[in-house]
Amino acid sequence: MADILKRNKALSVNPLKASQPIGGSLATLGFNRAMPMLHGSQGCTAFAKVFFVRHFREPIPLQSTAMDQGSSVMGADENVREGIRTIAEKSRPALITILTTGLAETQGCDVQRNVREFREANPEFSDVAVVAVNTPDFTGSVETGYAATLTEIIRALVPDAKEAGTYPGKRTTAWMQEVEQRREQLPERQVNVLVSYMLTPGDLEALRDIFEQFQLRPVFVPDISDSLDGCLTAEDFSPVTIGGTPLSEMATLGDALATVVIGASLYKAAELLEARTGVPTYSLDHLYGLKANDKLISALAEISGREVPERIERQRSQLQDAMLDTHFMLGQLRIAIAADADLLAAFVDLVQEMGAEVVAAVTSCNVPLLARIPAASIKIGDLEDMEIIGKANKVQLVIGNSHAVDTAGRLGAPILRAGFPLYDIIGGYQKTWIGYRGTRQTLFDLANLVINYSHEEIPVYHSVYAQKPASELTGHTGQALSCH
Amino acid sequence: MKSTKDIAELLDEPACEHNKKEKSGCAKPKPGASAGGCAFDGAQIALLPIADVAHIVHGPIACAGSSWDNRGTRSSGADLYRIGMTTDLTEQDIVMGRSEKRLFHAIKQAIETYSPPAVFIYNTCVPALVGDDINAVCKSAQERWGVPVVPIDSAGFYGTKNLGNRIAGDAMVKYVIGTRDPDPLPVQRQDIKVHDVNLVGEYNIAGEFWHVLPLLDELGLRILCTLSGDARFREVQTMHKAEVNMMVCSKAMVNVARKLQQQYGTPWFEGSFYGITDTSLALRDFAKALNDPDLTERTEALILREETRIRKELEPWKARLKGKRVLLFTGGVKSWSVISALQDLGMVVVATGTKKSTEEDKARIRELMGEDTVMIDDGSPRALLKIVHDYKADILIAGGRNMYTALKAKVPFLDINQEREFGYEGYQGMLELVRQLALTIESPVWEAVRAPAPWKIKIPQIPPGPPLLKGGNRMVEAG
Repeated sequence: MADILKRNKALSVNPLKASQPIGGSLATLGFNRAMPMLHGSQGCTAFAKVFFVRHFREPIPLQSTAMDQGSSVMGADENVREGIRTIAEKSRPALITILTTGLAETQGCDVQRNVREFREANPEFSDVAVVAVNTPDFTGSVETGYAATLTEIIRALVPDAKEAGTYPGKRTTAWMQEVEQRREQLPERQVNVLVSYMLTPGDLEALRDIFEQFQLRPVFVPDISDSLDGCLTAEDFSPVTIGGTPLSEMATLGDALATVVIGASLYKAAELLEARTGVPTYSLDHLYGLKANDKLISALAEISGREVPERIERQRSQLQDAMLDTHFMLGQLRIAIAADADLLAAFVDLVQEMGAEVVAAVTSCNVPLLARIPAASIKIGDLEDMEIIGKANKVQLVIGNSHAVDTAGRLGAPILRAGFPLYDIIGGYQKTWIGYRGTRQTLFDLANLVINYSHEEIPVYHSVYAQKPASELTGHTGQALSCH
Repeated sequence: MKSTKDIAELLDEPACEHNKKEKSGCAKPKPGASAGGCAFDGAQIALLPIADVAHIVHGPIACAGSSWDNRGTRSSGADLYRIGMTTDLTEQDIVMGRSEKRLFHAIKQAIETYSPPAVFIYNTCVPALVGDDINAVCKSAQERWGVPVVPIDSAGFYGTKNLGNRIAGDAMVKYVIGTRDPDPLPVQRQDIKVHDVNLVGEYNIAGEFWHVLPLLDELGLRILCTLSGDARFREVQTMHKAEVNMMVCSKAMVNVARKLQQQYGTPWFEGSFYGITDTSLALRDFAKALNDPDLTERTEALILREETRIRKELEPWKARLKGKRVLLFTGGVKSWSVISALQDLGMVVVATGTKKSTEEDKARIRELMGEDTVMIDDGSPRALLKIVHDYKADILIAGGRNMYTALKAKVPFLDINQEREFGYEGYQGMLELVRQLALTIESPVWEAVRAPAPWKIKIPQIPPGPPLLKGGNRMVEAG
């Protein structure tokens, strides 16, 4: 639907895009006892680490193959093998992902072969899963890197249904035992949930709660709500992730009643999972706004064969009430959004549902989803593009990451911080956006940003005849409006 | 791409004490077990504070995309350095060999949009590997648009962050310093002679140099340039005319001081503005190096006045911090300079990191802390926490990357590195330092997070009461 405007300048100014290895690392960090290793020079990892630390305010396990001058020119095969071996020896993780960078890809690496060679040379580490993914920086974005990595992890770790003896909705031995124990109340049935990078740890927690209200047990793949949720653990330090999807769950994804995939970027990964396991897929672009959540709740009612719980119905009507309250502020509001495609689609739907206008939509790279987003045009570019388009369209509110704060300042508009990275606020990673409740809070936040701001005030006028005290006569510049 | 010879030359730094031990200066990183930034990181960090220059990162998105807008350095005016710029190379650029062309147009775009006095081009791994000739592109761009375009060839795989600092310094000496003479003095003061000096390695984190600058003004020391906190391109150009250079707090760009001495005969000394003792020492060193008796006299008077003032203001804080035990983990020279600041406050430094320190630094640390000082070379989180526990440290002072290591282990923490939000330099900076130290050490949250949950605490067994009703209310028997 949207007109897609391609990049037409040489210099990217105030970039919106984060690189593919960042996305690949994030996907890896959602698995238990995992360690991503970027195949590139040390800086690739150091920058990515700082990026995550600033966003999540957590220690982040991330390693590097530490390519130097010699290996960059002469070949870095040994760096990959040695890197895997070192990590396996030191931390014995359950999963190591090898994510290539621009440097390694330009040089012409073959990480899949390196992993095979490592396997042959080091059979003692057969219990450590190693997945190699091509995620060069010079193509795609955090979204595509995340999706590619998740696809490769599924390819490597989810067995074919025939070999594994799984089938959709299988009543496994463990489940039958629980039936014996609990007698009156049936234990929960498993549903796989593939979640896009745009869902925060807070979102996943809320989503788990929704699934459980339908007596369903969600298996999030990956699950950053268990590894990056900001939890003080008993151990004071761990070299690998604590929490996240256990790898053992990957083998039994085939026993689930259904797979729910959230985020168009993961539809390919979901196709692969369905091909492997035969478990039927329910696809949702996102969970922002009333309509999107209605789709989710209907799907869960169908999968579980249960009535929608009263509590959820109540939350739905609370959201409806909030929509009424906030439409005074959000209706016809001119909004600029800078985000990767999945998140952009979510916000466009959300604000359009409220009657706001998306006057500037900027995203980082071209993906098939863009064509379906109902905005007039979408610019593939950077925050400068958003600034220019926003200025031309007199934007009143900006939605973007922390980098867009200055942009919003120059546009004289308040900003709702969303996406990656969020480094100038506390707890941004934990915010719950999804569900009826999360949507309601997002609407309140949006409305509060513009409640005293979006309408232009009548300028102060001073009568020359007024009998004002002398102290008031100096500095009549009008009161400066500020959104921060 | 730089040749191996170029890199070896940069690593061979006669003014650096590491040189005596091993030629490379820095240990080779180990795949699978390495931390720290690359040469590009180091080069960018060293020069980004030059506030009016357009800093363009030539490479795919990871280099700039993950690092721009990531430093606490402050500018008093120009803010172009806050605008992130990158050529954001795509697969097509690399495969089809279009990256040089993109760079050329990128420079044009930066000049046309922002009219900067100069453009700095940071080379990164991918263009270095495919063989982009950034020197040639910079040269022809400069000829075409008449704006200085400076190549900083800093591909990440050349080496460590430290090497990147030197690459940056080298580029300044080669292309920028000596291209303009200083302005005439704007204010003529009859009574005193004004001396021109430089500071190398002063980054004005959180604006902390503004604690010191008024004092230098008062003494009649004109700072031609600080490389590079709150600097402007036209200031860097004049650095060759200084009478003396001060290496501030870090040897990262020691090659600049050494080369300025070789080429222009400018003497240099090393100093720090952290802590009362070191700030006074730095001021005295300026007077000594400039050999001006009048300046020496005025310096001593100023030191006396400032030290008296600040010690009085610190008095109430000292009582609160006295005897508190600190584990200090910073790189290199900062170790000893911060130690003296903490000792000024009556705190006990139980151990200090020496991973990046030279033998000379270590000798100074021993001098300050005694022979039995614990020196930490292993900076891994586990090792740090072990020392915190073993030596009963009250607080860990370290770089931001260790912050969550400390907080996860429920240990108070103070950030001392470049990303921090507060300025600790000079006499006045000590007040901010004590405020931040007290804020975290005295916070009630530590007790709250260390105590177990109330239901986990064992309480004496009480006799079973009447059965519970739904909802937890105890059933009360009627009558």
